[in-house]
Amino acid sequence: MNELNIKYHNNFLKEVEENIEEGEWIKMCMQCGVCSGSCPLGPYWAHPPQELFMMIRAGKREQVLRSDSMWMCTSCYNCVVRCPRKLPITQIMHGIAAYANNLGMAPKIQPTRDFSILFWKNCTRTGRVNELRLTLGLYFNDGLVAGIKKGWAMRNIGLGLMRAGRLNLFELFKGHECKDQKGIHAMLKKAAEIEQRHKHLTA
Amino acid sequence: MTTPIATSQTILVVGGGISGMTAALEAAECGKQVILLEKSPTLGGRTALLYRYFPKLCHPVCGLEINLRRLKGNRNVRVMTMAEVSRITGTRGKYTVTINIAPRYVNGNCTACGECARAVSSEIPNPYNYGLDKMKVAYLPHDMAYPLRYVLDPSAIGTADAEQARAACKYDAIDLGMQPETIELTVGAVIWATGWQPYDAAKIQPYGYDRFPNVITSLEFERFTDLRGPTGGKILRPSDGKEAKNIAFIQCAGSRDENHLRHCSRICCMASLKQTQYVREVYGEEGKSTIYYIDIRAIDRFEDFYQKVQNDSTVKFIKSKVARVAQDGNSGDLILHGVDTEGYHRYANNHDLVVLAIGMEPSVKGVDIPAEIIADASGFLESETSGGIFGAGCAASPLDVNRSVQHATAAALRAIQVINKTAGVEI
Repeated sequence: MNELNIKYHNNFLKEVEENIEEGEWIKMCMQCGVCSGSCPLGPYWAHPPQELFMMIRAGKREQVLRSDSMWMCTSCYNCVVRCPRKLPITQIMHGIAAYANNLGMAPKIQPTRDFSILFWKNCTRTGRVNELRLTLGLYFNDGLVAGIKKGWAMRNIGLGLMRAGRLNLFELFKGHECKDQKGIHAMLKKAAEIEQRHKHLTA
Repeated sequence: MTTPIATSQTILVVGGGISGMTAALEAAECGKQVILLEKSPTLGGRTALLYRYFPKLCHPVCGLEINLRRLKGNRNVRVMTMAEVSRITGTRGKYTVTINIAPRYVNGNCTACGECARAVSSEIPNPYNYGLDKMKVAYLPHDMAYPLRYVLDPSAIGTADAEQARAACKYDAIDLGMQPETIELTVGAVIWATGWQPYDAAKIQPYGYDRFPNVITSLEFERFTDLRGPTGGKILRPSDGKEAKNIAFIQCAGSRDENHLRHCSRICCMASLKQTQYVREVYGEEGKSTIYYIDIRAIDRFEDFYQKVQNDSTVKFIKSKVARVAQDGNSGDLILHGVDTEGYHRYANNHDLVVLAIGMEPSVKGVDIPAEIIADASGFLESETSGGIFGAGCAASPLDVNRSVQHATAAALRAIQVINKTAGVEI
């Protein structure tokens, strides 16, 4: 690989197309900027979608995969609706985020990523989401003191939910679960296998 | 109206804009018999509603006048206004065309003295200024109208206005008894030159054309700058009539967008570049034009004009498709939101007036062409199955005036070929 190739890493677009869901759309972007301007969280992104797409095409692998921008997407689909080329931008954002995560390149402290991991573990364990554990897990993510503080701040809502029969403290020990948990796990394993077959993950 | 004599060697041209006039004249000057149909009361089409042409910034009066002069001097062309085709049957070399003619209520005696317009009081929205102002129910479409003859709007019929107009006319030109007519013609070939229409700007929801009075289309802006327009050549804001000096031009308003028009309308970049020069003409250094664009498509020789505008200190270029337009409640000013592509800077820019460089939709779209037509993905006419109907100008492709004329000339040649072949068979 010569110096120019290293600098621009020309294979990155290809890598993205092969490994990221809807990645083959990225070359269709005409850099008009409507997605970036339409994003309600746009001001908080380091790299808006338009810029991410250009960075991918320019081969800026490290910056793209280590960026926390795509983690900021809240799936409002405003960009998808307005994109004059009908790029599935939301899906691509999640695709880049998932790919970066699989490669272990995603930012270590990122609230969206933390929540996603928490949610995934929670829901795949028994096949159903245990809301109480999910909430508490989220509260105590930043340590014991922070968790107690957050819980205290939300106490009235919690009590209200309990009174309405929407929150059961016993769920902490054993929540509602799927009947055929083995089946669920087998399905998830198979899905992961299929995904591996389609996407040739390389770190 | 007497039915014109038409045979299988006659060429029918549908649409009397710059393309239709050109096609008709080119064929007629080759000695062919031509019937030129126009739906509205006058020839000239959209070209007549422009303030200036790009890139030389000359007035459309010029190009149209040359064509009208050619038309007046040519015995081979028969012009029919207020006429629409409702049916075409047959095949190349022999078509039967059904034509509906709407009553004008003014006959050939008219001298365009204007007494009838002074006599009537009712007003209707003026379509020649895109409804931005009103005109009398007895009217001359515009200064370049051909035939130079007044029209009485059907809404006046049966009212006191109609009687007053008739009483005011010294030449007995007003005929309130005129009825719609339907005629049938035999022609050998048809040139379809029905032109284009602006894309419905209200459909581009984030730009607020339907909500904000100070968001206008490029065609309306063209009328605002014209001396014969609703403001007499002053660039005034529709909301409060204040002079608009800080004007934003949004390119690709509807064009190049899978949600609206798939095609590039080709003229809008040059139209906006041209319109920045109107702003300069009116305000000098005080006027400010900002063009928001994806990329400027000033094709081939227009690059010179683009460079000239780039060097104009009053014109700023921002490489960005505007994401959203918001209105500042009290002032009526508009705030344009977006992110530019040259550095990814987020902006929220204030402007007095926003001009949408509106895309071009073929007039054939949504209209039931009475023949089997093959259109492209955007609805522009490509060809048809019987082999003797040809698209010309903007009915066939988004074109500027210059290219429409070239395209129409080509269409005339193809129609002539059909006619010659038919004649050959008959001999």
